Amino acid sequence: MSGPVNAIQPGRKSLRQLITRDHQLMLMFLPVFLFYIIFCYLPMVGLAMAFEDFKMGSGFTGVFSSPWVGLRWFEQFFSSVFAWRLIRNTFLLSFYSLVFGFPIPIIFAICITQLRARRFAKAAQVVTYLPYFISTVVVVGMMTNFLSPSGGIINQAIKAFGGKAINFMGMPSWFRKLYVISGSWQSFGFNAIIFVAAIMGIDPALYEAMRVDGASRWQQIIHLILPMISDTVILLLIMTLGNLLNVGFEKVYLMYSPAVYETGDVIATYVYRQGIENKNFGYASAVGLFYSAVGFLFVISSNALSRKVTGSSLW
Amino acid sequence: MSLQIGRKIRKPDSFLTESAGDRALDVIIWILVVFAVLVTAYPFLYVVAISFSDGTAVARGEVWLLPRGFTTETYGMVTGYAQLWTSYLNTAFYTVAGTAANIVFTCLAAYPLSRKRFFLRRKLNFFVVFTMYFSGGMIPTYMVVTGLGLYNSRLAMILPVLLSTYNMMICRSAMESVPEDLFENASLEGASDWYMMLHIAVPLIKPTLAVLTLYYAVARYNDFFSGMLYLGKAELQPLQMFLRRVLLSSSAEVLQAAGTAAADAAARNTLKIRYVCIVLAAVPIFCITPFVQKYLVTGTMLGAVKG
Repeated sequence: MSGPVNAIQPGRKSLRQLITRDHQLMLMFLPVFLFYIIFCYLPMVGLAMAFEDFKMGSGFTGVFSSPWVGLRWFEQFFSSVFAWRLIRNTFLLSFYSLVFGFPIPIIFAICITQLRARRFAKAAQVVTYLPYFISTVVVVGMMTNFLSPSGGIINQAIKAFGGKAINFMGMPSWFRKLYVISGSWQSFGFNAIIFVAAIMGIDPALYEAMRVDGASRWQQIIHLILPMISDTVILLLIMTLGNLLNVGFEKVYLMYSPAVYETGDVIATYVYRQGIENKNFGYASAVGLFYSAVGFLFVISSNALSRKVTGSSLW
Repeated sequence: MSLQIGRKIRKPDSFLTESAGDRALDVIIWILVVFAVLVTAYPFLYVVAISFSDGTAVARGEVWLLPRGFTTETYGMVTGYAQLWTSYLNTAFYTVAGTAANIVFTCLAAYPLSRKRFFLRRKLNFFVVFTMYFSGGMIPTYMVVTGLGLYNSRLAMILPVLLSTYNMMICRSAMESVPEDLFENASLEGASDWYMMLHIAVPLIKPTLAVLTLYYAVARYNDFFSGMLYLGKAELQPLQMFLRRVLLSSSAEVLQAAGTAAADAAARNTLKIRYVCIVLAAVPIFCITPFVQKYLVTGTMLGAVKG
């Protein structure tokens, strides 16, 4: 980074003096700077591939020498039958995850803090947040095996009650439900931690004051707890909105199969198949660029919203 | 947070109805929490029960909570697979080396960005935060990593994920909350920035670093995608890739992946092999996580509060 011009003002230190003073800090940051340049900014330069007929085998330097094709890849994507399906699937998976996944941790946090058996409440909290740290491979592996039509416990139960085995993982109509339910199962306990902390931070004197006024515990929840945690709720909701389109690529990739592409295929998995598997680097980069650009808009808007509503933005 | 209780709460009609309502609420809360605990814990208990059960009992569907015909035979079989141990050792290396590098880089980034006098602070903050807004995406990143010759290199599991910007911001705001006087006094006595980072900033934010170590270590341990993209050689692959082959491919492939001369008996054991592998993979996570539990709130709070 070149020196800041506005730093040289009358009465302030010169750039040279600033460098002498802060050279240790600069040296400290240097490895970090190189990391960001190589692994974050260089790929952004590489996005030029999206406008090129990128040739396999030329390596990364091919970005600077491949022939320019303008918007050909974008036109190809938006005129393909996949474009709408991919956008719809990506959006719906995120949207359902938010609608069903967001309220559960709040409800659970309220329940946990209202339990009089404190020991059990603590234990319940630990048990419920542990799945958050389990890998996606294991979660999808457990789900697939539980739901397996041959020997999975769910289908065993269905058969025991006289039903017919269902091939859950192979049916497009089940994909979104399974994605949302398993996601919520894995993260509700962990996401509740912050709400529990917020509720525990409420001054006990306020509960006491309400009790003296004759409020029931239900009224305490509605008129004390909910208003007191609303700041946290709004902040987290806005943050989640900013990442709305960040569908868990890994999870979809592990869960889906050609049989459920209709509902399961998302932009990120399509980019992976086109780029890494079929080596259509230019085309895949173009689709990826579109995805990044939409994500960019979401983060920007959620930050603006946050600044307006809570008076503080994330950065 | 400011307190706002402007609303007057209506008095209940009688003491009795109120306490009945409270009792009903208590019951509902108990039911919800117990349900949540069961839903979370049962899948794991079931997996453990199957992993210790006799094959025929499993095939007949008799196992649902406790092991039937207790046996550790499948554990013996699975722990005999060379590929399991290779991938376990690989993951141990990626986790330990990767997490150490993560913490070092996180501190190297967070300390300068937390010093208010640093003249590049605002510019570098933007430089870092911009990567959270926008990224080159999967394909260009893949081209850069392979272009550096990292394909089939252990470094491919560490270098591209040296730092999580989000975690770094948690660390930065923790360092910002250290009282400025401490740095000023040390600075007057001639302490260098390196000294102040290592002897003032880092020791004072230990709880935050503990949580970040957990987050990083779990991410490295669970990383499946980097391996899938960059590691073609089986002898370099992490545990998660081995698990994927065992958990999500057909029985024949499972036995092939396990590298055993498949016998009929073994084929019947596919399900048990899978569940044993789940147990073996989850044990390290379940052992480590409770240790940092008391710090967990600190870390998550800082993450949500303004960075």
